[in-house]
Amino acid sequence: MAKVVPASSDEQLVEAVQSAGTRGVLARGLGRSYGDAAQNAGGVVLDLLGRDRVLAVDEATGVIEVEAGISLDRLMRDFVPQGWFVPVTPGTRAVTVGGAIGSDIHGKNHHRAGTWTQHVRSLDLLTGTGEIRTLTPDDELFWACAGGMGLTGVILRARVALTPIESAFCTVDTQRCANLDGLLEAMADDDDHEFSVAWVDCLAKGEALGRSVLTRGRFARRDELPEKKQADPLAFNPRTPFTAPRGIPTGLLNKYSVAAFNEAWFRKAPARRDEEIQSITTFFHPLDAVADWNRIYGSGGLLQYQVVVPEGAEDVIRSCIDAFSHAGVASFLAVLKRFGPANRGHLSFPMGGWTLALDVPASVAGLADLLDRLDEQVLAVGGRGYLAKDSRMTPELVRAMYPALPRWQELRDEVDPNHVFQSDLARRLKL
Amino acid sequence: MRDALGRLQRVVVVGGTSAIARAAMARWARERRGLEVTLLARPGARREEAAAELTALAAKVECVDLDAEADLEAQRARIEAAFDGGGDVDLVLVALGALGDQEQAWQDPAAALRLVDVNARAPIFVGVIAAERLRRQGHGALVLLSSVAGERVRRSNFAYGATKAAADDFYRGLAQALAPDGVHVMVVRPGFVRTPMTEGLDEAPLAQDPADVAEDIDAGLAAGASVIWSPATMRVVMAGLKSLPAPIFRRLPI
Repeated sequence: MAKVVPASSDEQLVEAVQSAGTRGVLARGLGRSYGDAAQNAGGVVLDLLGRDRVLAVDEATGVIEVEAGISLDRLMRDFVPQGWFVPVTPGTRAVTVGGAIGSDIHGKNHHRAGTWTQHVRSLDLLTGTGEIRTLTPDDELFWACAGGMGLTGVILRARVALTPIESAFCTVDTQRCANLDGLLEAMADDDDHEFSVAWVDCLAKGEALGRSVLTRGRFARRDELPEKKQADPLAFNPRTPFTAPRGIPTGLLNKYSVAAFNEAWFRKAPARRDEEIQSITTFFHPLDAVADWNRIYGSGGLLQYQVVVPEGAEDVIRSCIDAFSHAGVASFLAVLKRFGPANRGHLSFPMGGWTLALDVPASVAGLADLLDRLDEQVLAVGGRGYLAKDSRMTPELVRAMYPALPRWQELRDEVDPNHVFQSDLARRLKL
Repeated sequence: MRDALGRLQRVVVVGGTSAIARAAMARWARERRGLEVTLLARPGARREEAAAELTALAAKVECVDLDAEADLEAQRARIEAAFDGGGDVDLVLVALGALGDQEQAWQDPAAALRLVDVNARAPIFVGVIAAERLRRQGHGALVLLSSVAGERVRRSNFAYGATKAAADDFYRGLAQALAPDGVHVMVVRPGFVRTPMTEGLDEAPLAQDPADVAEDIDAGLAAGASVIWSPATMRVVMAGLKSLPAPIFRRLPI
């Protein structure tokens, strides 16, 4: 249990930080982290959602200044019609700018554009001593905030560079790959594509292990749109999402039903189709089409497993997919993506190589041991897990996976000597 | 912090040499490498044995002296320090218990009060200290090893049963008091368990091993139960016994 306090002015936040009790405070955005990153049992959670104003817009460069509680959904609704897109978007628009920095999120364009924080020109940080500091990428502390899980302080405002677009549509190439080798081969020329991601059927076995559908795309030029859409090429008005039905029993989602789903999904995908025009929501945010989609996993809940391994360690990805396939883990599709190089963020997740992400129902028997074994393989090749999605790693593991953690802790201790900023994740992982 | 798979990170076990507590701790240590355990128990060979078993399972064990029959107030600072000397406590297991000689216990005042001390006084004292800490941290579980013996006292072990009932009631009240703060209190009522405490006694029906109880405890924790019986069928048996009219109940050979 935590006390949730709506945030209003800077002064009120300074006061909240300075009067923090022993259980500390934590800023929270939309709370979409899968684990305990946005929880602070016994302490105070500052709800930043009320701070969602756009403070300045440079129409020439696309650099905007916003309060950190603003969501990517709002940014898209406001700026897509003006010809600007967010520099990075994950699979959901339900992320705040503060959360995007705190988790240093990535999207389908990481191999070319890097993470969200790499597009932040500067940010205002409220530190543990109640001071407000403006940081730029030249400050090492700026990078401690990138993926810092909110533990370096409250991100109040950020100046972010948007990306110019000519239309609110993407031109998408889809390609079916019979197995993992085929997929890795197809992804070799990823650098020629602005966006790229593969959906992998984790239940396929043997020859078909890692069979997948690779989608790649870029924003469409106005003249590429069907005539009907050319009149208003930047129209962006996603429907209000509908809701997954309540009370679906956990048993409905088992390896048979999921296997049938995955089979149908794979067959449905074209062997190859080029330059299909898709909307932003279809291409980027399939999950947002169903609000509370996580409920299909039943009352046992789900956890998400996401790891990255360096280039050359493809065998570990194969080994992960193989392990899930053998365990018959009823996961819908897993996502495989090639990352570009890491940034300077001490706890930033992405690194040059391959990332695999999948949802797993938490009720699967033997899941804990399975994931622990995979973690060891990932660690052995110098890979790591994603803190924003973690809910089960240990302090020892994270320390080994993030060699810059001690340096991050030094920086954190300088701006938050009394560890005012706390979270359940920080306690669990002893950050 | 307990993780998404329910694995515990740090536990404090009071009366940590009890067979059921040892089975539960071994289970938790196997589930999560590097489990941190604070063992409050009387110093001696049994405690060392319990600690060694856990260390062999890669747990980090710290032992703290506790004598449930001695002056508790004098030990208070030490008990509090045991809770405070580490990260958040995910679970407190209170496994203090003594059976004693049941015939002596209703004829010798000192023997009767010894059961009060170990089965009621110390568990309640520690429960209050634990409750305060769990409440402050806003999460955690407090588990009392109770007994079916307290549900309706009977001729053969009412001295034991009555003292167990006192702690059982107190903890069920704590469950309500602590719920608003996100603390889960659970009372565990095992039937006959084959342990050193029951060695030499005739086995009752539905007898089981400490590991069975440990498994039921984990299931109860996952389900968020406030009272569990182990085995679960014991619940029905006890409900039947409790509703028997006294004249019939008195004639039962139990």
